Amino acid sequence: MRKALAKERSFADPAFRTLVYLCAGAVLAIVGLIVYELLIQSHLAISKFGFKFLVKQIWDPVNEDFGALPFVYGTLVSSLLALVIAVPLSVGTALFLTEICPRALRSTMSLLVELLAAIPSVIYGLWGIFVLAPFLRKYVQPFLGSYFGWTGLFTGPKYGIGMLAAGVILAIMILPIIASITREVVLAVPQQQREAALALGATKWEMLRMAVLRNARPGILGGVILGLGRALGETMAVTMVIGNRPEIAKSLFAPGYTLASVIANEFTEATSAMYLSSLVEMALILFVLTLIVNALAGLLVWSITRGMPARALA
Amino acid sequence: MPKPSNNISLRRRFTNSLALGSITIAAIIVTIPLFLILGTVVYNGVGELHWAFFTQIPKPVGEEGGGMANAIVGSLELLGFASLIGVPLGIGAGVYLAEYGRNMAGNIVRFTCDVLNGVPSIVIGMTAYALVVLTQKHFSAVAGSVALGIMMIPTIARTTEEVLLMVPQTIREAALGLGIPQWRTTLSVVVRTASAGIVTSIMLAFARVAGETAPLMFTAFGNMYWNVNPNQPIAALPLQIFNYAVMPYDQAHRQAWTGALVLITIILFTVILFRYLANRGVMKGAN
Repeated sequence: MRKALAKERSFADPAFRTLVYLCAGAVLAIVGLIVYELLIQSHLAISKFGFKFLVKQIWDPVNEDFGALPFVYGTLVSSLLALVIAVPLSVGTALFLTEICPRALRSTMSLLVELLAAIPSVIYGLWGIFVLAPFLRKYVQPFLGSYFGWTGLFTGPKYGIGMLAAGVILAIMILPIIASITREVVLAVPQQQREAALALGATKWEMLRMAVLRNARPGILGGVILGLGRALGETMAVTMVIGNRPEIAKSLFAPGYTLASVIANEFTEATSAMYLSSLVEMALILFVLTLIVNALAGLLVWSITRGMPARALA
Repeated sequence: MPKPSNNISLRRRFTNSLALGSITIAAIIVTIPLFLILGTVVYNGVGELHWAFFTQIPKPVGEEGGGMANAIVGSLELLGFASLIGVPLGIGAGVYLAEYGRNMAGNIVRFTCDVLNGVPSIVIGMTAYALVVLTQKHFSAVAGSVALGIMMIPTIARTTEEVLLMVPQTIREAALGLGIPQWRTTLSVVVRTASAGIVTSIMLAFARVAGETAPLMFTAFGNMYWNVNPNQPIAALPLQIFNYAVMPYDQAHRQAWTGALVLITIILFTVILFRYLANRGVMKGAN
C-alpha cells in the first residue's frame, strides 16, 4: 500500500507539476508570440520607413507611402481628453463610496459603477453615434464655441462626431477602472490616519485631503495611468465616433483618427504587403505604448497596496 | 467642553461643505451615463424584438424584417470554443501562481499575465490573424475563438490565484499529513474548496469577452448567412451590431439597437449573477 502510494507520488506529482508549469509557460509563450508576430509582420514597413514612420503625416495607400503621426496624435489627444474629464469624476466617486456614502447605498452604488464597466465597447459606440454626437452638436458645441472659441480648441464646423465625442465616450468607459482602483487604494490607507487627523480638529474634507489623498496619491496616479492604458487601446467606440480622418487639427471639434481605429477600418482592405505591414507597425506602436503605461501603473498601485488582494466593499 | 464645531472658522466650514458636495455630485454624475445608455438601448431596441429576431437570418440590405439568429448562434459557438482554450489554460496558470508561484518565476508569470490583460484587444486580434488566418488562408470561427480564448486567460488566472490563496494553509497541511500526494491535495482539496470561486471567475471572463468586437473583425470576420462550421467565417452579435450601426439605413439601425439590447441583457445578467455569487461568500475578498 505504502509502496504503491510512493510510486504514484513519484510519478504523478512531477507530471501534475509539469502540466501546471506548461499552462504558466503558455501565458509567457502567448505574449512572446504577440511580440514575435508583430515584429515579423511589420518588418517590411520598419525597414522601408525606419524611424521616420513615427513623424510623417502622409497616409497614401496608392503610392504606398505611410506615416503614423496623425494616428499617434489622435490616440494621445483623445486619451488625454478622456483623462481630463474622467479623473476628477472617478476620484470623487471613489471618495464618495468609501467615506461619505451611507452603508445601505454602498453596494448598490458600486454595482452601478461595475455595470458601467461591463457594457461592451460596440454599444458605447452605437450610443455615441445616435445619442451623444447629436447632443454634443446641438447643445455642447455651440456653448463651447461661443464662450471658449477664443482658445482655438473649440472652433470650426460642428459635426458632433470628432475628437471631443471620442474623448467623452472614452471618459465614460475608463471611469469605472479609475474609480475602482482609487477605492481600493483609499481603503488601504490606515484608519488611524483618519482618526488622527479628525482628533487634531480637521474638518472631514481636510481629513480627506491631508490624511487620505496625500497617502493614496501614488496609487491613485497608478489607477489613472491604468485608465490611460485602457483608453489608448480602445477600438470600437472610438472608431464609431471620432470621424476617421488622418489629420492633425488644433480644434477638438475636428475629426481625427487613432492607431486602433485605423487598424480596425483598413486591415481587411489593405491590398498591398506594404500597406498591411504599415498597419501591423501601428499595432506594434500601440502595443509598446500600452506596455509602458501598464507597467508603470502596476508598479504604482503595487507600491501602495503591496500586492494585497482587492478588499471587498460593503 | 465647547463643541468642536464652534472653533471652526466659517471659511473652513464652507470649504468642507463645498468639497463634500462636489464629491457627492461627482458620484451622481458618474451613474447618469449608465441609466442613459441602458434607457436608450431598451427604448430603441424593443421595437424590433420579435420572435423573428431570434429565428431568422439578416434580410438583404434595405429590406424590412429579418433577424440575427445566425449571429446569436455564432457568438455562442465562438464563446464555447474560446472557453476550451481560455478555461483550462487560465485555471492551470492560476494553480501554478497560487501553489508553485511564490517565487521569482511566479512573479514573472504574474507580470506577464497583467501585460496580457493590458494588450489592446485589436492587437490580440491581429496576432490571431497572423497565427491562424494566415496559415489557413481564410477567415474562420477558429481564428476568432483563439483571439477570445487568449483574452480570457489572464482574468481567469489571476482570479483563480486569488481564490486558491484564500483556502487556508492548514487544509493543505492536513491533506498532505494524511499522506495524500501533492497533486491530489491540490486538485481534490484546494481546487475543490475554491471551485465556486473559480466558476465565478470563468463567468467574469465570459462577460468580458462576450461583447468584444475588435478582435473578431479580421478573424471570425462575420457572415450574413447561416454557418456553424468552425472552419468558415462566422457571424457574431457584436460584429453584426457594428456593421448595422455604420450602415446608412434606418432598418439596419433598428436591428443594431435590438442586437445591443440582447447582448447587454446577456452580459449584465452574467455580471449580476457573478456579483450575487460573490456576495454569497464564494469569493469573499476577491474582486
